[in-house]
Amino acid sequence: MDLHDSKAYTRRAFLGRGVMLASASIAAPGFVQSAAWGLPSPGALLTSLAGVPEDRALVVVQLSGGNDGLNTVVPYGMDEYYRARRAIGISKDRVLQLDARQGLGLHPSLAPMKEMYDAGMCSVFQGVGYPNPNRSHFKSMDIWHTADTSGTGDGWIGRYLDNECVGFGKGESGGFEKGLVESPTDGGPPAISIGRDTPLAMQGRKINPVSFESADVFRWLGEDHDRTLKGDYDQLNRRETQGAATSNEAFLTKTALDAQVSSDMIRKAVATQPLVRYPGNDLARQLAMIAQMIRAGLKTRIYYATLGGFDTHAGQGGTNGRHAQLLGQMASSIKAFYEDLKEQGNDGRVMTLTFSEFGRRVSQNASGGTDHGTAAPMFLFGPMVRPGVHGTHPSMNDLDGGDLKHTLDFRHVYAGVLDTWMGADSEAILSRRYRPALVLGKS
Amino acid sequence: MAAQEGTARGERLAELEEQRRQDRVEFRRVWEPIEAAEFGFDQARHLLWRAGFGATPAQISAIASMGPERAVDYLLESPDAPDATPEANLFDRNIMRPYNEEERRMAAQARSARDEDTLARLRAMRQQAQVEDRRQMRDIQRWWLKRMIETPRPLEEKMTLFWHGHFATSYRTIEDSYHMFLQNQRFRKHALGNYGELLHEIIKDPAMLAYLDNNDSRKGRPNENLARELMELFSMGVGNYSESDIKEGARALTGYTFRDDEFVLDRENHDDGRKRIFGRSGEFDGDGFVTAILAQRATGVYMTRKLYAFFVGDLPEDPRDDSPAAGSALDNMRTTFVRKRYDMKPLLRELFLSRHFYSDGVIGQRIKSPAELVVGGVRELRTPVRELAALLDAMALMGQNLFFPPSVAGWSGGRTWINTSTMFVRQNTLAFLLTGRRPSGPDALADVQQYEPDPIMAELRAVFGEGDDEHAVRSVLRYTLGRTPPHAMEALLDVLRRRGGARDGEALRDMLLLVAAMPEYQLC
Repeated sequence: MDLHDSKAYTRRAFLGRGVMLASASIAAPGFVQSAAWGLPSPGALLTSLAGVPEDRALVVVQLSGGNDGLNTVVPYGMDEYYRARRAIGISKDRVLQLDARQGLGLHPSLAPMKEMYDAGMCSVFQGVGYPNPNRSHFKSMDIWHTADTSGTGDGWIGRYLDNECVGFGKGESGGFEKGLVESPTDGGPPAISIGRDTPLAMQGRKINPVSFESADVFRWLGEDHDRTLKGDYDQLNRRETQGAATSNEAFLTKTALDAQVSSDMIRKAVATQPLVRYPGNDLARQLAMIAQMIRAGLKTRIYYATLGGFDTHAGQGGTNGRHAQLLGQMASSIKAFYEDLKEQGNDGRVMTLTFSEFGRRVSQNASGGTDHGTAAPMFLFGPMVRPGVHGTHPSMNDLDGGDLKHTLDFRHVYAGVLDTWMGADSEAILSRRYRPALVLGKS
Repeated sequence: MAAQEGTARGERLAELEEQRRQDRVEFRRVWEPIEAAEFGFDQARHLLWRAGFGATPAQISAIASMGPERAVDYLLESPDAPDATPEANLFDRNIMRPYNEEERRMAAQARSARDEDTLARLRAMRQQAQVEDRRQMRDIQRWWLKRMIETPRPLEEKMTLFWHGHFATSYRTIEDSYHMFLQNQRFRKHALGNYGELLHEIIKDPAMLAYLDNNDSRKGRPNENLARELMELFSMGVGNYSESDIKEGARALTGYTFRDDEFVLDRENHDDGRKRIFGRSGEFDGDGFVTAILAQRATGVYMTRKLYAFFVGDLPEDPRDDSPAAGSALDNMRTTFVRKRYDMKPLLRELFLSRHFYSDGVIGQRIKSPAELVVGGVRELRTPVRELAALLDAMALMGQNLFFPPSVAGWSGGRTWINTSTMFVRQNTLAFLLTGRRPSGPDALADVQQYEPDPIMAELRAVFGEGDDEHAVRSVLRYTLGRTPPHAMEALLDVLRRRGGARDGEALRDMLLLVAAMPEYQLC
């Protein structure tokens, strides 16, 4: 089982070999195979930019607060686990078997995820972290978002958008001027985050992602005060730019128009009924909205959703309890999301990645919870992923001050996703070459 | 063919050179003071937005009638008005106080004895303190926003905001609200004082020392963070010093730390050996390093560019791309700033009186920062304040979370404030101020207080005289946008007529609601 795909081609490698790229296919060997799953979305008008597979999307699910990796993928084969977690350990007979040889199983609340795993739609990367782990929520989150251990600079997705999506239906009209899209706001924004503000991960220089908590506030609320003002508002905000296009006034007029068009598109999309029933939790609400936007044919490349509450210092629980609930929410939402996408015929073009800022300490604390720790598993979902449990579980004996030592740097996973799924140049985006983890196809 | 092209290019270059020379002569005039006759309502409005946070028609008119000299002096020489919000001892300085001797001993004992209960208790105490400190940070945010809204000295708060963005320090990293408050007070104290003095103080400011890790910088293993940013972001700009200047400067700053709320020079950890900075050798300490920085030409250049971008307008990254007018204004600013040894008042006085400041390319061309939009909205339209927390929240969504700048580089400003999401947040925040309708889903309970446009309209009539509906729309636009674009005239006149005309309070409020949602309202 090779964790890294040394043959994954970066764009640079391609060009260096003088291979002409005729179309969207960045042909990592695994991808050719998995492309068979990818059905074009009915509504999507796909333009083909060399090297950019327009129809693929990545959904990032952030688990905020620090998800307890050891109670998510349970190393039931290791006695040290049970010694460290007398009250909250998940007993061997309750785990959902993942890998008997390694003695790994899923928390029982992750049954929906286990179904996906068995269907070959889930891959588990073990022991993911980074050197000199920071245990501050803020700082560690910034590190994951920037893919830089100083936690400073632009976000990794922001840099991806800046590097790869300039001119692509980006809601900010640049593509229109370059003749790359048919209308100024064709296709919707390149990145959408469901949440109050734009995560650092999505912040770049050139392209502005769109963020909103619920689509209903992604519009002018003055009309709720008096509906009859909407027409006047539209008259003032839906104007073609006059005069010198370089002035701030022209820029604002243009952005105002873009905002109206994006708002129409997104609100129209989420007003439709999902094709399946989603569970009643907030992540499910977010993923249902994302599925609706995908179904409506938005050309958005990156979606971002968040599930909070993982900071389980006290009363974390074991098989039942707070953490079990959160895991259940995550698994059932993602499962419903893929059922929806499958109904749409879009499951093959959407990969989902989950991460958390850190795992938690190996030993439970005195309050029946766990404190901030280090390495934890990362999950990828979708029919295109390389199913299975990958990498090495961190040692339970060789700890670093009571914490796991990571066995895989998260940036290898980013690189794998960027290079082979998004068809991007991870070296340019991550400012360093990380051997891309093998994320696609059957192993 | 190639030769011809070469000649043509040569001629073109000569032409450009000649044009530049003429421009320089021409643009020498940009720094001449504006004449009294040229200083009317529109100019006074402009001055009050840039040197403050907007104003009502009566305030604008009063400033206009002073004439430029007295108006600018009035803004600079803080009129003797009492503060709306007191400041001393407002906040608890002890929340994040580190362990005292006894607590430290207790913790050490518990650690060596593996006394989990005591350790857990200490940890819980610390966590409780952090919770309280975050609450206090929110109080401090509200306090500052209220102050900006109510201050009789808007330029003082505006400059405080400038220094906060310039010496950007974030609570997110230092997690000590009282230190953030102390730093904010320091910025206010030096708001219109002397940049050099402030630069000397900032290397002793506890929040800054913690933010840039200088409290860990010791002789033999200096931390270069503060030395680097001191030159790159706080004074000279990148490219004007060497890596070796950073290393040597970092040595000069070793041992600069703080105890509780006070700066301490830790002599034991201070490297007092000889250093070589900017090609000169000496036993520089932190102050010596700052003095050397202040003597660099790059410092005047960099600082005037930052001030220009804050008060006048966007600048290209490369100074060679400056417009001739901006280039000339910047030259003049730098000359004055350096000649006056970095005193802020003479510089701002010249700037606020210059023809350039009131030129067409400057008036109404700058994108309002979130603080300007929100504080200005309340001050200009005299809306109820509604709820400070909601306003701060909205500002954060617009990209400007006070006391939480995104990085040590501060806020980029200009067009980076604007995208399709922030456009709606901006419009909806103004709608909240005018209608009380909160811009978020589940708790969108309306604030019941009605906005009353009558006082503003009375002021407008006092300034522009009585007239018909068209006259009313024109005066409203001149005061809120500083211009009367035909498409807006048409649309708003239609609204006003449909709803009962300029004498109707609700019709006026609806009109203002639409004005505040115009893309042009984002400019000042």
